[in-house]
Formats: sequence, C-alpha cells, structure tokens
Amino acid sequence: MTELLLKEYTATNCVGHGRLETLDALRAQRGGLAPCSFEGAEIDTWTGEVRGVDDERLPASLRRFDCRNNRLAQLALRQDGFIDAVAQSAGRWGRRRVGVFLGTSTSGILQTELAYRHRDPTTGTLPADFDYAGSQNSFSVADFVRQALDLDGPTAVICSACSSSAKVFGSARRMMDADLIDAAVVGGVDSLCLTTLYGFHALQLTSKGPCRPFDATRDGISISEAAAFALLERVPNSLNANAVRLLGVGESSDAYHMSSPHPEGQGARTAMLAALETAGLEAGDIDYINLHGTGTPSNDTAESRAVAAVFGTAVGGSSTKGATGHALGAAGALEAVICSLAMQHDFAPGGINTRSLDPTLGIQYLVENRPGRVTRAMSNSFGFGGTNCSLLLGRAG
Amino acid sequence: MAKLTAQIEGIGLVGPGLEGWASSAAILEGRSPYIRQPTVVSVPEGLPPAERRRVGLVVKLALGVGLQAIAKAGVQPDTLPAVFASSGGDGQNCHEICLALANDERLISPTRFHNSVHNAAAGYWSIATRSKAASNALCAFDWSFAAGLLEAVTQVVVDQTRVLLVAYDAPYPQPLFAKRPISEAFGVAFVLAPLTAGSGNALGTVTLQLADATADRMSNPNLEDLRASIPAARALPLLQQLAAQKAGVINVEYFDGRSLAVEVEPCS
Repeated sequence: MTELLLKEYTATNCVGHGRLETLDALRAQRGGLAPCSFEGAEIDTWTGEVRGVDDERLPASLRRFDCRNNRLAQLALRQDGFIDAVAQSAGRWGRRRVGVFLGTSTSGILQTELAYRHRDPTTGTLPADFDYAGSQNSFSVADFVRQALDLDGPTAVICSACSSSAKVFGSARRMMDADLIDAAVVGGVDSLCLTTLYGFHALQLTSKGPCRPFDATRDGISISEAAAFALLERVPNSLNANAVRLLGVGESSDAYHMSSPHPEGQGARTAMLAALETAGLEAGDIDYINLHGTGTPSNDTAESRAVAAVFGTAVGGSSTKGATGHALGAAGALEAVICSLAMQHDFAPGGINTRSLDPTLGIQYLVENRPGRVTRAMSNSFGFGGTNCSLLLGRAG
Repeated sequence: MAKLTAQIEGIGLVGPGLEGWASSAAILEGRSPYIRQPTVVSVPEGLPPAERRRVGLVVKLALGVGLQAIAKAGVQPDTLPAVFASSGGDGQNCHEICLALANDERLISPTRFHNSVHNAAAGYWSIATRSKAASNALCAFDWSFAAGLLEAVTQVVVDQTRVLLVAYDAPYPQPLFAKRPISEAFGVAFVLAPLTAGSGNALGTVTLQLADATADRMSNPNLEDLRASIPAARALPLLQQLAAQKAGVINVEYFDGRSLAVEVEPCS
C-alpha cells in the first residue's frame, strides 16, 4: 500500500492531556485509573476518566453538538497545535480535499441515557433540548469535528466497537489512494457512559481493580475514555528521520462469536499477517507490538496465541491499557499515538499493573520500559462482532 | 484521478411493499403498481440456532438483503469484504437499554449489550456466512448510504476486490421515534466488482464523483416519502435508474447540501 505520513498527532486520555503528559506518564509507568465514580454507577470497578471534560465549552455555533463525547473531542483537538496543523493542510490542499474519518463505539449515548431519566412523567416524551443528531447518532462526533475544523471533505464514522479508530486509517488510506483527498483527519473519540459500564459488567468483563493485562490473575477490563487524532498526508520526498509513517493496515473478521474472540486468535493472526503483507515487511522487522491486551482472560489468551504464531517470542510487546484503561472505540487511535511516541522517543513502553505474568501465554511481554530505537511498531485492535485491525507504523529513518 | 467505477453484480432489496430485486425493479420502473405495506423481514439463513434467537429485526434485515445480493451475483461470501452502512443500527435494542438504565436496577442482559454495537450486523454476517474477510461498519446520519457507497466503491477500485455493500435502517420506538422519525425498515445491498472482474452478469456500472447538485427524488409520492424518511432509502433513485436500465447520472444526498453523483451505465 501507499505509505502515509502522520503529519501531526495528539491524544487526550486518563493519564493526561496531549502528547507531553501522555509521554511523561508512559515514561514514569504511571496510570490514570481510579475507582469508578461515574454518574452514580454502582459497579465495583475502576475507570479511566479524563479530567476537565465537563469544563469544556463548545462554541455557540456548534452548541447543538454539546455532549460529553464532543467536549472530549474538542479538548483533545486543542492540544499539540493540532488545529493549526489541520488549518495548514486545508489551506494547502483545499478544505474539500481533507477527509474526516473517526471511530467511536457509543458516541453521545450518555445524553440519551440522561434524557430517558428525564422523560415527561405523563407522555413519556424526551426533554425538548435533547438533540439526537448532535449527540446520540454515531456521526455526531465526525460532523462536529468536521465543522470545528472547517473541513468539507468526505466524512464518515467507523463504528465497529473496539477496532473503530484503527480501521479509520484503512478508510483514509483508500480515499487517499483513490485521489479523493490529499489529507485526512483520522482518530477516535469514546467517552464514559452507563451503557458500556453496565454492559461490560453484565458480561462479567469488568475488572474489580485497575486492569492487569497478561497477568495470571487478570480479571477483566478497566473502561476508560479518550480522544486521539492524527493528520495524515502523502509522504513527501524528504522527511525528518523521526517522522512517523503508516506502513500497513490489516483487517479481518473472526466469524466466530459476537463477544468472545476466536480461542486460537485466528482473526487476530490474519489481521497481523495482512498488516505485514500490505507493508511488505516480515515479523522480524517489527520492534514493538502494542497489544490489544484488554485484561480479560479470553482476549489475552487468544491474542497471545496469535502473536506467538506470527512473532514467536522474538518481538517484545505490551498492553498500555493498564495505564490508559480500555478506551473502546478510541483505543485504536490512542494506541497508534502511543506507538508513535515510542518510536519518536526511543523506548518501548512496559505494561503496568501486571504483577505475575501469565506463564502459559508464551510471548515476550514487557513489564518495564525498554529503552532503545523502535523503528517499526504494530498496534492491535479487536472488537465485538469479531472485528480485527492491526496497524503498522514506522519511523522514516 | 482514477475513475471510481464498479460493476453492480447483484442487488438485494427489502422495504415497505418491496420484496426482492426482481419484483421491486418492476415497481420502480412503473410496470407494477407500488402498494405500500409494512416491511416483511424474514429469518436469514446460515445463522446457528443460538444466534438466530438473539438477533433483532435490524440484523435480520441486513443479512437478508446481503444474502439476496450475493445470490443474484452468484458469488461466495466467505472471502468477500463487506461494508455495512446504517444511520442508527438497532433502535429497538438501544431503546431497551436506555429504558433499563433509567431504572434503579440498571440491568442489561449480555445479549442486549453485544447487540448494541453498531457493527452487530457485520458481526452476525461474518458468523452466518463464515466470512473472515474484512468488514466495515459506517455511520453518516442521513447520508449513510452515500458514505457507504463511496467507501465500498473506493475499496473496489483501490484494492481491486469485490465488495458487498449493505445499507439498512429501521424505526426507533417512542420516545426516540419523535426525535428521529425513521418511518419503516428498509435495506438495500449491492455486490460491487472491479471492471476487470468479467463476471458477465453485471446489471450495470456506477461511476462516483462528489458534486454539488440537488439530490434526485422519486416521482411517485409514496416512494419519495420512503426516500426522504429513511436514510437507507436514499438509494431509491439510483435503484430506479438501474431498474430502468438507462444511462444517466443520479445525485444521492450527501451532507451540507452536497451530493454523490452516480453515473449509471447499463450493461445490456
């Protein structure tokens, strides 16, 4: 496939706002999870809440998009000069030549959950100020971001659960190859809501403490929220050595079960191999794998089998969800940003919270940060419905 | 710029008074009268019994039109990439969850939760057809059909592969219906193929371009009502053009008053 440049990128999550705070937390192996206190949820679990989301005010012209998810989107867009970088691209290529492809799993559903609590006691109608298109509909976040950034290129939301914001890189890549666009804003935004808290709890997939990916006694996920964005362009003739490129995208389906991965990780393996193939690379070319690593017994077992089949124990990997929690539809973009930070700052982040590594898993799992050049990194994202996506990113030099 | 052209090898269609492509084509062409009736959604083949019990109307609808399209195209689903486009997914399921969360107990069943993902239809499709190919699940509000068609044809052209596109929507119950009045269940599916695929049984080709034209409408007021009130039914003018086997350009509604111009070239 045609390689793309990550011209700018940013992430806001429970360990911090923007790249620098995220990098500092990763370097210090510091997590952002805390006991769940969201919206009166009575669930014995930990979550990763982003600080300051409620303080965010949307501009008057975009007030109809006001909801936690879009506030989080705006908070993240404001970091790292991202808005200026997009404006530069739009100025250069034209606002119609910049696409917007974002992933989310629950969009602004929290707004609907709250509206249902405030139904008219006699008629059952929802409050007059509830705006479906501006909040609940999955497209809301892309429509908001497109308008906030004053872009007018092809726009869509990919809503494939926890692979959503990895798969957006694939859509952008195709639109770029088809010459429909010259640049794309890709990313993911997912925010805390009761649907996911109570839903994962019903599936008995929420951890009682901070999640412990690949630990022998891991007991589930820590739900979190995040927004992460990247500005993609074609690779110019000359690049700084530490510029990050998208080298490959691999996608597959499990054809197995709606909420459990294939036990041997077949779909995950196919996605990783496809990413390598589209990049024209081999397993030995990869220096670090950011694992999906949710911390559920079944995911980490299945993913380990897939990783062991493709990489053996030769390539170190970790799940950064111990620090950031599982940001669901934003996880793919968040972890692509983490891979980019690792490559630009010469370290492979170790997974935190993991006390006794599951000895049956047979992969090289990093629990400490590993200093040294990371030239190419893979990031795995898998989701309900058996949807799998592996991204391959690499430094220019 | 590479032309965004694909052959249409098969069509599936289910909507109010529309059951399958052959009889619907006659209606759209004006050879048969259009009689609006509630949408009939049948139980799709291929799902294991446990899954069959778990799926709602929306998933049955999406799988049903997808299976129609691949049958018409005579292609196997197991290696066929798919694009699923829907404005709201399973509105009934979403309503049940919000209702439960508004109660003190806040009990959601596991099935209800995993059915709430927007890519539920894509997941069940993969299980039912044993397809391990990539699938995408898109949303672009009222413009989900245009966004799905653009995504699918781009994939056909760039990756030189057949792609199944399924666009589907169904009504929310009250009180959400009042805020998002999708009138009826409607699903449409296309098997799209590269020009080089040479299957010999294509219904026509489509070439896409982003444009600024007003969206085409249906002249039959009942069909126009469907087009305007169901995002997936924004496909109707394109379907009418394909049914008539006439060359021409159809503008499908895209956001901000823009359009996706679809140039139709019949094969016969």
